[in-house]
Amino acid sequence: MIETKTNDLTFSTLDKDAGLKAAIGTKPADVIGTISDSALKGRGGAGFPAGFKWKLAAEAESDEKFVICNADEGEPGTFKDRLLLSDFADLVFEGMTIGGFAIGAKSGILYLRAEYTYLLAHLEDVLAKRREENLLGENILGKGFDFDIRIQMGAGAYICGEESALIESLEGQRGEPRNRPPFPVEDGFKHKATIVNNVETLCWAAAVMSKGAKWFKSAGTEQSAGFKLLSISGDIANPGVYEIEFGTKISDILHMAGCECEKGTPCKVKAIQIGGASGICVPAKDIGRKIAFEDIATGGSIIVFGQDRDMLHVAKNFLEFFVEESCGQCTPCREGNVVLLDGVELLEEGKCSMKYLNELVSLGETMKVASKCGLGQTSARAFLSIVKHFKDEIMGREPISV
Amino acid sequence: MLLTEQEKMREEIRSLAEEYGKDHGSLIPILRAIQKKYYYISSVAMQEIANLLGIHPIEVYSVVTFYSFLSEEPQGKYIFRLCETISCDMLGKDQIARQLENDLGITFGETSDDGMFTLLYTSCLGMCDQGPAMMVNDCIYTKVTAEKVSEIIADCRKACCCCETTAKEVQ
Ligand SMILES: Cc1cc2nc3c(=O)[nH]c(=O)nc-3n(C[C@H](O)[C@H](O)[C@H](O)COP(=O)(O)O)c2cc1C
Ligand code: SF4
Ligand code: FES
Repeated sequence: MIETKTNDLTFSTLDKDAGLKAAIGTKPADVIGTISDSALKGRGGAGFPAGFKWKLAAEAESDEKFVICNADEGEPGTFKDRLLLSDFADLVFEGMTIGGFAIGAKSGILYLRAEYTYLLAHLEDVLAKRREENLLGENILGKGFDFDIRIQMGAGAYICGEESALIESLEGQRGEPRNRPPFPVEDGFKHKATIVNNVETLCWAAAVMSKGAKWFKSAGTEQSAGFKLLSISGDIANPGVYEIEFGTKISDILHMAGCECEKGTPCKVKAIQIGGASGICVPAKDIGRKIAFEDIATGGSIIVFGQDRDMLHVAKNFLEFFVEESCGQCTPCREGNVVLLDGVELLEEGKCSMKYLNELVSLGETMKVASKCGLGQTSARAFLSIVKHFKDEIMGREPISV
Repeated sequence: MLLTEQEKMREEIRSLAEEYGKDHGSLIPILRAIQKKYYYISSVAMQEIANLLGIHPIEVYSVVTFYSFLSEEPQGKYIFRLCETISCDMLGKDQIARQLENDLGITFGETSDDGMFTLLYTSCLGMCDQGPAMMVNDCIYTKVTAEKVSEIIADCRKACCCCETTAKEVQ
């Protein structure tokens, strides 16, 4: 398995399948109650309350229901789900099984991104072992509950991480997001009630069932309960996966990953991108801000930029990503990202007027509200925050000679 | 393709459809299997899959062209996908890119004349803590250096690349 640096992870301390055993000893409604009491919110980025999502699906009228684990992990700078899939696969499947019990589903599907094909054999092994141990299959642990999990591979498309596009992909279609509502909890895979949860959310759900809602809720902040895994990369001494409590300051996170300023040297960090390409760029002066739904929310991607990084180059790289990954279904996103990228090229040549830059900013704001799905609604954010904080650096530049 | 080869492929598609089920939902798993075996999805293959699943060939085509790991054009036996996203970019992906072009003798987007190699860029591979990262078929290489590039290529030429299921870390 591919190794990465981590601090102490709660997941390493859990007893295997303690959460599942606790869950299926009670009623589905009690499981949903416990998850709701824990105030666990989705770890995939959007932060939707997990207990509420499960409750909606449990109450939905549907002759069949599905649990989908979103292992598409395509957000630039995110790799914590990779660690969970390789080192904590049992826990991921345990969380899915608990979800199935809670909503009344018999099947689960793990949607694995094509880039993680190397993990497939290992994941299949873990599934086979769980079937042998009667943790999957018929009459699980003798409690009369039937549930099994299969893995379906993606085929290379960032947009398939968006839950309705993921469902389209599972159904053999292009990964184009659906109109919402209806939401998957009512009308999901094969038009049946479906919960789609991030890999990490399912792991925390299992942890909550094992250690209790109180334990989870007592960590973090009022509005952001519990713990979060972060994927830290870029200009930092020890990149890797780190667990924090919500409410942790960016500066503390930097120290944790080996930022030198702790030792009295001046901080070499210029900016931090939080939330990946679809996140925001935070200048070093704001490292007192916190990771939490009420301050800076994130699916966990933290990319650190050192003093000598060119922020316009960063903005360009993200926009190239979105031009490539837009599904092309709606105009604000398909065209808007191209116009912003052209704008960045003008800036590179030192030929962009303040008037035109302001037009680009207003285009970016329009894309946020006019795009059909989360991709187009967030793709301008990095550009907008870089323009906001680094105008001096990006305006009237000396063109880079090629 | 010769007629007999076409027949063989049709047979293969039929058995894949049996295995995965003749259902629209089996489309991508079947396409992935054909891509892996034939290094692309020919129009003959698309037609056959469409027939078996009871959908229009255009639908199959539109799916093939949507996903970056499926191709309607013949690709090389070894597909190199270099991550071009920011964390790998900062760790020196440009140098790796140049070395790949030098050693493979093709530029990005091209396939070598002998049908051995295709060179592509890709978006973040989820290996940002260990970049520059690169995929060769299903296999992931991390912390790639210019020097390692030629070793990886030599491994492929010797056709002993471990590109099936295991990830390999290159220090
Ligand atoms: C463009 C786009 C890409 C996304 N990619 C992912 C992803 O890779 N993994 C993920 O869990 N959620 C992703 N999401 C969020 C999902 O749509 C969905 O909110 C999430 O899977 C729900 O799980 P959670 O409530 O457990 O977080 C993405 C959303 C958008 C708009
Ligand atoms: S916002 Fe972009 S990715 Fe989303 S539906 Fe529109 S074009 Fe597709
Ligand atoms: S940026 Fe290259 S693997 Fe994530």
